Amino acid sequence: MHRRLIPRSWRLPLVSGLALAMLVCGLKPVLAQTNQPNIVAAGEYLARAGDCMACHTAPGGKLLAGGHAMPTPFGTLYSTNITPDPDTGIGRWSADDFYRTMHEGRSRDGGLLYPAMPFGSYTKVTRADSDAIFAYLKSVPPVSLPNKENDLQFPYNNRALILGWRTLFFNEGTYRPDDSKPAQWNRGAYLVGGLGHCAMCHSAINALGGNSQSRAFEGGLIPMQNWYAPSLTSNKEAGLGNWSLAEISDYLRDGISHRGAVYGPMAEVVYDSLQYMTDKDTLAMAVYLKSLGEGSPPPPASSKVSSAESSLLMILGASVYDKQCAVCHGPEGRGMPPQYPPLASNQSIQMASAVNPIRMVLNGGFPPGTFGNLKPYGMPPFAQVLSDDEVAAVVTYIRTSWGNLGAPVSARNANALRSVPLN
Amino acid sequence: MSPMRRLAAILAGVVFSSHAAAAQTGDHPPDTMAARVLGCTSCHGAQGRGTDNDYFPRLAGKPSGYLYNQLVAFRDGRRRYPPMNYLLEFQPDSFLRLIADYFAEQNPPFPPRATPVVSPELLALGRGLTVNGDVARGIPACASCHNPRLTGMQPAVPGLLGLPSDYISAQLGAWRYGTRTSAEPDCMQMVASHLTETDVTALSAWLSSLPVPVNATQVPQGSLAMPLPCGSQPN
Repeated sequence: MHRRLIPRSWRLPLVSGLALAMLVCGLKPVLAQTNQPNIVAAGEYLARAGDCMACHTAPGGKLLAGGHAMPTPFGTLYSTNITPDPDTGIGRWSADDFYRTMHEGRSRDGGLLYPAMPFGSYTKVTRADSDAIFAYLKSVPPVSLPNKENDLQFPYNNRALILGWRTLFFNEGTYRPDDSKPAQWNRGAYLVGGLGHCAMCHSAINALGGNSQSRAFEGGLIPMQNWYAPSLTSNKEAGLGNWSLAEISDYLRDGISHRGAVYGPMAEVVYDSLQYMTDKDTLAMAVYLKSLGEGSPPPPASSKVSSAESSLLMILGASVYDKQCAVCHGPEGRGMPPQYPPLASNQSIQMASAVNPIRMVLNGGFPPGTFGNLKPYGMPPFAQVLSDDEVAAVVTYIRTSWGNLGAPVSARNANALRSVPLN
Repeated sequence: MSPMRRLAAILAGVVFSSHAAAAQTGDHPPDTMAARVLGCTSCHGAQGRGTDNDYFPRLAGKPSGYLYNQLVAFRDGRRRYPPMNYLLEFQPDSFLRLIADYFAEQNPPFPPRATPVVSPELLALGRGLTVNGDVARGIPACASCHNPRLTGMQPAVPGLLGLPSDYISAQLGAWRYGTRTSAEPDCMQMVASHLTETDVTALSAWLSSLPVPVNATQVPQGSLAMPLPCGSQPN
């Protein structure tokens, strides 16, 4: 996942109108053959759950026509055209071809896909769901747009390397329900682990560009974006063991909750994908995610900042906080949830990595405008008014006040994040 | 200087107020656009009045259609400025419309006018281009679209007064270099591509030197026959 700018125009024609128009015009052979508008609607929903649109639509480009640049540490990849255009898209593909791509990570010609396509997660998707997504993709307007060549550095431009990557990191196989768990938990596990491909960001990416199944959901810094995707298994990070199911579900679907708001790359996931999910499905995801938050607690916070320096930071931080932050987040950090998130007891502020709170202070941000939060409240950026010392001080202050147990941060930590790309 | 000494020096200058921010009594923030756009006004000034930083322009009183077009352009990447692109990335049209309406309706006082620091010759060039354009070089007069009073036209042609010289210069430059684009046909890109560096300096100095009239409202849509087609302005 990475940041992008998505035109909104394609969000409007929902399936009912689309399917009706297609039936009237009789131009879409897939629908004419199957005469199953329901499978197209189901497929669109599942494509949303898989967030196909986010990567396969370029900024300002046509829906699902690809060409979206995805910078990686190994070079730039471009997403492909998955509209039903016969020459440049997937118009000549069969449902079998499509399933093989989702399940095995192989293109129609048998070529191995780069793992930017999250087939490590999509392999868990059932054949029936894959077929529905395929029916939906065949129903969107075809766009004639040839795929762009990837721009990878040597040696990563050698696709044979993918074989090695697959050996290390790819476990093919449809999701197998855990019979000891309720159906709702299994539905959540299927969505989180399969189409949701949450592990792509919430597991550490190692030097080989893979993430280990045994450490799934343990968190990591997202390459190229410089946002930290927190652990979903540690309650000290984004582990949700002590959130209520309603809080988790609100967070996923609306982007705001009584415990915190989404920001950074997660704002995109909510905006493009999760806000379209039914309450039933976000609740199922909540049930599963809550159950993940039962891991062992991480080691206590440690910091390279000396105690003398951190006490000076705290004094300055209190002053900055009172002047700039307290008006919304409250003198005791309680906020006004869900619009102004609480800072006291907010896990995302106390994590070992201080990247996210520093970036929020520098860059501010609006939660995504979702169906459940159409008129969001935005946080100002402070990069232009606070010095590195002041940023470090106020972040140190919020990480260590009101019972928060984060570690102090230094001005160097703050400065390092001033120059990261914003989108 | 070591971090310790630097911090100690900063703290010596900090005036400590006892919890300057009022304790919150309500459970919810005000249900107003003013509260929602605090992320905007921290740079653009209260009510979008502008600040003494020339690159954070006044938003107040600009036509809503213009502001909306800019918000959409920032969101979709047609106008490049990373902090704005970042803030607006995940906002639906409906919310951008509300933001545009809010700032269009504000009418705070204008900041003091700048004193031009360029030669009288350059000011005369700026005035000439503003009022008459330069037919030989394919440059229409600013007044032909922005109206002779330079207060803009509904719904999407902005006024040109009350803006700092550096901001005007930066926008004309951004059109020339393609970091600011509008819906096609991009009339301002066409105009800016005919301008020289000297023209830009002259126009920026002249426009920023003009007083803002008491009634700075836009003329109605369709009042002016525009010399160029503009994708961002329905006619």
